[in-house]
Amino acid sequence: MKGLPFTVYRLPIGLRSLCSHLVAALAIGLLSVSCRHDDVIFIPEHVDVARPELTSVRGFFLLNEGNMGTNKATIDYYNYASGRYTRNVFAFANPDVPKELGDVGNDLAIYGTRLYAVVNCSNKVDVMDRMSVRKIGQIDIPNCRNIRFHGRYAYVTSYAGPVQIDENYKQLGYVAKVDTATLEVVDRCIVGFQPDELEIVGDRIYVANSGGYMVPNYENTLSVIDLATFRETERVKIDINLQCVRGDNRGVLWVSSRGDYLDTPGRLYAYDTRKRRIVATLDVPVASMAMRGDSLYVVSSQWSEVNRTAGDVRYLIVNTATMQVVNDGFITDGTEDAIQRPYGIAVNPVTGDILIADARSYVTPGTLYCLKGDGTLLWQVRTGDIPAHFAFLGD
Amino acid sequence: MRHYSLLRTSCLLFLASCFALCFAQEGGQTLDSVYLEEVVVRAFKPYAEVIPSQRLEGKQLETLGGTGSVADAIRYFSGVQLKDYGGVGGIKTVDMRSMGSNHMGVFYDGLELGNAQNGQIDLSRFSLDNIEAIDLYNGQKSDILQPARDFGTSGSIYLQSRLPRFREGKRTNVNITLRTGSFGLFNPSVRFEQRLSQAVSLSASAEWMSAHGKYHFRYRKRFSDGTLAWDTTAVRRNGDVQALRVEAALHGTERGGRWTAQGYYYDSERGIPGAIVNNVWRNAQRQWDRNAFLQGNWQHRCSERLTTLVSAKVARDWMRYLNPDTTLLYVDNRFTQWEAYASGAAKYTLRDGWDASAAVDYRWNTLDATLANFARPTRHTVLTALATAATWRGLKAQASLLWTHVADRYSNRRGDELVAAHVKRLDRFTPAVIISYRPTTAADLTLRAFFKRAFRMPTFNDLYYTDIGNASLRPEMATQWNVGAQYQWYAATTGATGITAVKLTADAYHNRITDKIIAVPTGSSQYRWMMMNIGRVRITGIDLTAMLAVKPHRDLTLDATLNYTYQSARDRSDPSDTHDGGTYGGQIAYVPWHNGSVLGHAAWRWLELNYSFVYVGERYHTSANIPANHEQPWYTHDLALTASHALWKANWRLTLAVNNIFNQQYEVIQNYPMPGRNFKITLRCDF
Repeated sequence: MKGLPFTVYRLPIGLRSLCSHLVAALAIGLLSVSCRHDDVIFIPEHVDVARPELTSVRGFFLLNEGNMGTNKATIDYYNYASGRYTRNVFAFANPDVPKELGDVGNDLAIYGTRLYAVVNCSNKVDVMDRMSVRKIGQIDIPNCRNIRFHGRYAYVTSYAGPVQIDENYKQLGYVAKVDTATLEVVDRCIVGFQPDELEIVGDRIYVANSGGYMVPNYENTLSVIDLATFRETERVKIDINLQCVRGDNRGVLWVSSRGDYLDTPGRLYAYDTRKRRIVATLDVPVASMAMRGDSLYVVSSQWSEVNRTAGDVRYLIVNTATMQVVNDGFITDGTEDAIQRPYGIAVNPVTGDILIADARSYVTPGTLYCLKGDGTLLWQVRTGDIPAHFAFLGD
Repeated sequence: MRHYSLLRTSCLLFLASCFALCFAQEGGQTLDSVYLEEVVVRAFKPYAEVIPSQRLEGKQLETLGGTGSVADAIRYFSGVQLKDYGGVGGIKTVDMRSMGSNHMGVFYDGLELGNAQNGQIDLSRFSLDNIEAIDLYNGQKSDILQPARDFGTSGSIYLQSRLPRFREGKRTNVNITLRTGSFGLFNPSVRFEQRLSQAVSLSASAEWMSAHGKYHFRYRKRFSDGTLAWDTTAVRRNGDVQALRVEAALHGTERGGRWTAQGYYYDSERGIPGAIVNNVWRNAQRQWDRNAFLQGNWQHRCSERLTTLVSAKVARDWMRYLNPDTTLLYVDNRFTQWEAYASGAAKYTLRDGWDASAAVDYRWNTLDATLANFARPTRHTVLTALATAATWRGLKAQASLLWTHVADRYSNRRGDELVAAHVKRLDRFTPAVIISYRPTTAADLTLRAFFKRAFRMPTFNDLYYTDIGNASLRPEMATQWNVGAQYQWYAATTGATGITAVKLTADAYHNRITDKIIAVPTGSSQYRWMMMNIGRVRITGIDLTAMLAVKPHRDLTLDATLNYTYQSARDRSDPSDTHDGGTYGGQIAYVPWHNGSVLGHAAWRWLELNYSFVYVGERYHTSANIPANHEQPWYTHDLALTASHALWKANWRLTLAVNNIFNQQYEVIQNYPMPGRNFKITLRCDF
């Protein structure tokens, strides 16, 4: 091989060593790389966050939404008896389910012995055993949003009703009636455009129609469905772009409107289902809310399309008996400065501890803050992406 | 509709072939050496540029694996990450040295391919069929006679379409290629070249590509003890493509100069395969594109000292996006962009070895969309560049300063009503310095370094897209430092056996991105996004390449190229985000620490074998580097065998290619499964 030393011998010593160093660096680089191996089921991560606490509430589940297209909806569990927080319990409890829980979780509830997770972009409701989180089955409902229960049935709102063909594409929403024994959709009731939360008071279902796809022609009504006939009986006009609807123990519905982000601000309405009229209007734009006894805990902020900012976040308590804001800052120790984007709230029904889910930047893991009833921080822990919805596990 | 366009295309191709054949009869003669000029596949460019490019050209391009697009070739350059959404129709964009794909300029025959709407050039649209060479430059092309725009990118890719070359006594070249294989690929193309006069020649080419785009993919997970947890195989759907490309160009030479004038048209319909998530195994979104441009340039040597370059371009890009899925928000949007561009540049030789140049560009962009209350932006850009280059003994140096002036006009609308009109102006100066030094004449060793500042303008989508756009965005800045060395040696005589060529390069670099434009949630508690200038990234990396060519026997040549890149690309956006699962200091999304490639080539008389290997190491899909965000490494091996033969007065070439030989099931982007083993057959005929 005449050319073997590739004329390096003609080079000064420094250059020769430079060349050999280059080749050596290349070899080391190529050797330091790692190989692909089979994906392993995600092992839940346990974090001990607080001292054990024994009440009739054993724990709670937290549904992390995950961003659209990431398939990163996950369920975390906190066990009060051990003080241990466990991330991603679904994937571990159901290692045989392909692609885990799914894409964009939107609601979570426990009914009877079962845990229900509404997974919006996976077009289904997953039904699990509430103790083992083992999947029992699923209910396929396209673009499903929220869930409530009554008797042997589950009621689920969906955006994906029949399509109206006119010059503007329109699609009505519906409420699906699901037999919890067979997990079959047994009936559907057409409601308004893009229905979000629903609530059952007495023998009626109240559905918050948002019209969120119809900008600027938002919906402004609650649909009222008779439970017995499962037909819409009336529309109650409240305000545009409705979102949350929660019933208190006096038969009053607390309904939040998001406004149009321009001229009409979001508000909170009290609609008395017996008197069939609005009995209070509060200038409180609601981002999320949770009810315990006569207290409605509200995370309040208003997005404005005009100056493209959200006003300050406020943490309020509304007394549902007096229908007034009784506390305009229930966090008392400065924790509110650490919370970047409060996205979900829940209140322990027994201890009154407040849980606030911080979605942070939405693309990175969130943080869960647990505050004592007096508004001071008890503990905080990392969650999955976009923590949002809670379900307490009782005895 | 689809049938209509297939019919239309078939007719077009048929006509083009007939046209080509007629001419071929006239000038036809046996040509068993038509490939001669292409045999030197890795010709070293003479030492002209201060820092030479990475280059792929000629037959090597044809045999590279993948789907036959420019994107597949670019994977083999060092320092480059390809974002690939999979399959024939999936979007493929390029990121150089982790600066983000918006910092890349892609130039087609010397003029930039623009996309003022989103700044992304989908390289899967450009077929390798009509490409002669691809050059990749970190920083900028170190030439000083070029449009001002060429001084303004942080990294650039130059696509050179085939130039007509005629063998002595020949007036016409015709090339017909038919490609088929996996994914239902049917890809005929025809190219025709005619010498019109001593000084002017014509080239025209047309290509049709259709594919159903279906492929099997498999997801599988195991328990930590190795037993199978679940294992699912499914078919990737809605990845179909139909695309037509038609191009024509006139190339002329004159005393002391040359000119080209060309037209390009691309028309396609494709499915958008979408993310594979639980319970959703197919998607229904579709996209239509119609891109057309006319461009030309003229380079003329006015005197011994003065050379001028004039370029101009007009382009129209139309796109329709349809989401007919009734489980989602129905969307049917149309976007139309126009661009007009003109550039003048002059280079003056001050004295021997010292040149100076000036260039002025003007560009006009506009975008209209069928979106409610759309801002209908128009952008005027004036670019002025001054540059100088000097050579003194072994030292070469170049310095340039670019002044960018941008004026955006946009409006606030409610329906058709104009609420307010705005004008926003911006001026920026960005410098670059490039030097190289050859310490000894005994060996072809050069040391090199460059410093460059550049920025990317926020795109129309960043600024004005209904709901998420933010009109107050600033440009995103990139600062680059690079030091490196190159050593090359090649045999003085051709034909002798032994080592024929060696080339080694090493570069170390540090880049800083500030004011990075990223989508940020803005509502304190609602799911709202807005584009903001809040990102900061620090990138430190090393690029190494080694190339060796050997001729062990008179009839056998072997060569191999190795590329390796190490990158540490740290998210420095939010110093307070250092808690458990925080992003500060994390490796940014989809940038591996290690990646590399190997290209091997063997030629024996009429047979050639190409082997290519790509490796991309472990990554995270966000800068929160926690196990839940981890992405596995992936690597593919491709093999192609080519046989050439002269028959019936023509040269025939048959290539059989197997890509992803070991059928690796992998993802480049989370939830976008890539194809497993696939095949391709190419028959090419030249006469």
